[in-house]
Amino acid sequence: MAEGKYTQENIEMTEAQKKSQRARNIALALILAGFVILLYFGTQAKLGANILQRPL
Amino acid sequence: MTVESIREEDTAKLMSTAMPGDYYKLMKPRVMYLVIFTAFVGMLMAPGSIDPWLGFIAILCISIGAGASGALNMWYDSDIDRIMKRTEKRPIPVGQVQESEALTFGLLLSAFSVVTLGLLVNWLSAGLLAFTIFFYAVIYTMWLKRSTPQNIVIGGAAGAFPPVIGWAAMTGTITIESIVLFAIIFLWTPPHFWALALFRLKDYEVAEVPMMPNVQGEASTRLQTFVYSIAVGITGVLPAVIGFASLVYGAFALGLGAWFIWLGYKVWKKGSAENGYAHEKKLFGFSIIYLFAIFAALGTEAIIMRLVG
Repeated sequence: MAEGKYTQENIEMTEAQKKSQRARNIALALILAGFVILLYFGTQAKLGANILQRPL
Repeated sequence: MTVESIREEDTAKLMSTAMPGDYYKLMKPRVMYLVIFTAFVGMLMAPGSIDPWLGFIAILCISIGAGASGALNMWYDSDIDRIMKRTEKRPIPVGQVQESEALTFGLLLSAFSVVTLGLLVNWLSAGLLAFTIFFYAVIYTMWLKRSTPQNIVIGGAAGAFPPVIGWAAMTGTITIESIVLFAIIFLWTPPHFWALALFRLKDYEVAEVPMMPNVQGEASTRLQTFVYSIAVGITGVLPAVIGFASLVYGAFALGLGAWFIWLGYKVWKKGSAENGYAHEKKLFGFSIIYLFAIFAALGTEAIIMRLVG
């Protein structure tokens, strides 16, 4: 029995599994992008003009 | 069949076939809509203002926090969800989502929603959101639900927190006004769920969930439903009595409350399995309309006040 025989790479995914994995990946990418936008504009809204005030 | 082939087969089975929509179902969307609505009304009624983007973030975090507690509830309750008619089609019982996925999903959403709310809005609302998730997932789901017929009475607090969180997001405070909004939902929960439990008696019995009708009997539940209906009717009017809603709202709430009490009375006096639990079903249906109408009225009035004042 070869080492690493049961790693994920050796598993043959069914079509349904491949399709759902792809859909989950896309959804996760969109959510992460949305989260970045949310934080970016949220930080600007929260800090306002203070965003430029950085002690030198 | 060799050990190798069994292992490969098992590993392949472990690979999820869940679609994004299945995760969305884990968040109990209908409960989430109610949470969004009541939290939004809490924000509208609170004094002061908030940057619209931060207001949107607050609502989003509160609704995702609610969704997280829904996912944690579905993870823990998957055993009884499988045997109850009302819940047998949820993502875990039908095999769309695995239990460990639901747990991870719930914990991640909880953490992200609380931290984001804290960093971008304020830490009081974030703390309240964290407490609400803990209360629903741990106190209600893991402890009360399967151990006492008072489960939904105490557990109802989790559903009552959203307007308080919304208020806290706007003002950074908890005041008598937000406590009244809490009380309306808190007292509304028992008659709403007991009406459901009366006509879904067998479902809860099979799952061995100690709902009031199964433990103390139908007669006692009906009486308690009526008593709580009176409490709901009175509490619904309190915003006008205290003075943070108008007399027009007061009259509206009085009418709705009177009808709630009347339906509760009918459940107490005439509710029966013989007529197919018609009165219980009527109260259950009206209870949903009641809560929606009360908060819609409060929200509409708050919008008008903001536009005029």
